[in-house]
Amino acid sequence: MSALLELEDLHVWFDLEGGRELHAVQGVSLALESGQRLGLVGESGCGKTTTVLGLLGLLPPSASVSGRVLLNGRDILAGGEETIRPHRWTDLAIVFQGAMNALNPVQTVSAQIVEALEVHGLASGRAARTRVSELLEAVGIPRDRGERFPHEFSGGMRQRAAMAMALACNPSVLVTDEPTTALDVMVQAQILQLLDSLCRDFGLALLLVTHDLPVVAQLCDRAAVMYAGEIVERGPVDGLFHEPRHPYTRLLFAATPDLHGNGTPVSIPGAPPRLDRPLAGCPFQPRCDRAFARCVDERPLLRTLDGERAAACHLNDLVAVRR
Amino acid sequence: MSSNGRLLEVEDLVVHYPVPRGLVGTVSRRPRQLVRAVDGVSFSLARGELLALVGESGCGKTTTAQTVLRLVEPAAGRITFDGRDITSATNRAMRPLRRRMQIIYQDPYESLDPRLTVRGTVEEPLLIHREGGSKEQRAELVRDALVRVELTPPELFLGRYPHELSGGQRQRVAIAASIVLGPELLVADEPVSMLDVSVRAGVLALLDRLREGGLGVLMITHDLSTAARFADRIAVMYLGRIVEQGPASAVVGDPQHPYTKALLSVVPRRDPRDRTKPQILTGEAPDAVRIPPGCRFHPRCPIAIAECREIDPALEPAGSGQGHEAACILAG
Repeated sequence: MSALLELEDLHVWFDLEGGRELHAVQGVSLALESGQRLGLVGESGCGKTTTVLGLLGLLPPSASVSGRVLLNGRDILAGGEETIRPHRWTDLAIVFQGAMNALNPVQTVSAQIVEALEVHGLASGRAARTRVSELLEAVGIPRDRGERFPHEFSGGMRQRAAMAMALACNPSVLVTDEPTTALDVMVQAQILQLLDSLCRDFGLALLLVTHDLPVVAQLCDRAAVMYAGEIVERGPVDGLFHEPRHPYTRLLFAATPDLHGNGTPVSIPGAPPRLDRPLAGCPFQPRCDRAFARCVDERPLLRTLDGERAAACHLNDLVAVRR
Repeated sequence: MSSNGRLLEVEDLVVHYPVPRGLVGTVSRRPRQLVRAVDGVSFSLARGELLALVGESGCGKTTTAQTVLRLVEPAAGRITFDGRDITSATNRAMRPLRRRMQIIYQDPYESLDPRLTVRGTVEEPLLIHREGGSKEQRAELVRDALVRVELTPPELFLGRYPHELSGGQRQRVAIAASIVLGPELLVADEPVSMLDVSVRAGVLALLDRLREGGLGVLMITHDLSTAARFADRIAVMYLGRIVEQGPASAVVGDPQHPYTKALLSVVPRRDPRDRTKPQILTGEAPDAVRIPPGCRFHPRCPIAIAECREIDPALEPAGSGQGHEAACILAG
């Protein structure tokens, strides 16, 4: 049986001045089962946001895309906007960082959700207004506040409004990019709790894009770690933390401060490679503390290790040899 | 050197901002409202110490820091720098002190002048304060500062422009420019929140090392995990007041104020096995125009009792001592 949502070998290139190209996403594949929660983590420039924009068919015209996006086994990327539009919002809902951009500033929050319902032919008039009340309640916005404008909302309330909007068409997947990044820690906790309960109550699958490892550790079942345009490791979050199989995963956790953790966080020396020229060898090799000769010459492929684990690191071959 | 080694002493600091009344309000002579951004803050900072002022947005942590540097005028209270009362020092009197107190900001993309090379940026404070002697001596000071922030060899960086540097490198340049004058106090306002996780620790470790030379660092942050790992002491602010302060390990390991407890409980942990139940406070902090009577935290406090509506608690020794204090009548 195929997964609910599958991304197969996604590549994204951006045209740069002087005829050069930026290979932002370099063959990303991932699968999301119904009700699952997958975190896509990485630092700025790793291609995580470009990956989800590609998945949703929302990249600007300067981007070239290849690969397949399968929703219930059917390719929705093949026909471009034609084939993807019917699924955006209805199957794949989106909540982005800084929800102000997602909301129309000159319409009350309730009015915009009513409009969304009407446009998609899901409800109108009284039925639509009833549905809006339900949605606002589900995301924890007091009913009377729906009659306010987005600018009258705090950051946390706007993020809730964006979620109510996203849920309007009964999607099966919620794609969310840095949903709590600009929020204070207490409001972040409220929004994470809301995401958790929405996924449970509405049976949503979650694709959470973030730079914040602890958020993924707390909210997701599985995670995929991106570096230099590719997934370098993926698997259940517990294994990624306790038994990382890619040095970048290990070092990224070690760089993340923890409230009660032992020891002082340590930076990863160096910087990610430029993606506007071909990469030789492992993209992480110049920063890796375990690199050896093969890492310079040969780019490791993402290989399944055991069950759900996969990593793109030659060290895993050594382990296999030793065994 | 002050006799008690205290570099900075802040007592009962109060900062008010008037709320704009708008045209209608002005014409109808509606009474002026005040935002009590900082509402009675006291703390001190020793030489070589790193104090983290933590709290959510709007709690007054940045205003406190700016007032300490006299970039914002206090309405009341006292600021003592190196034994000298600077609360109402004139601009002229402040000028020689400015080189001894410096600030770095959150966004190294905005705080650096894009038209200046690294050399120009780091040399600028010397020129402004007419310090550093001859051109050759200044060049030497600039190189030293770059070495101290680990941009080595300096020759590799001197001629570069901000856009040619990574985020972490830019923040290091900003730090170099702030230490070139040899300050004794450095205010770091969210110094790493715009940086990638993999480079944050390096910049924080750098602040940590600068401190070893006797520099006092006042770090403003919303990130408790960072404060827990890098600060000597933590002061937690809520609605214009410090509600708890003490050694970092005591505040994080044995919090005494219910706000601190709640705040710590919601910090996401790295280890997926540490899925503790967060104690989520409902709503958001009220704005500083309408500070609740009694304990300002009581409307959101999970353990508030009747007295909390009347008593405005002061910081009292709590927990295991050693300078650990909390402003809660129920704290031990």
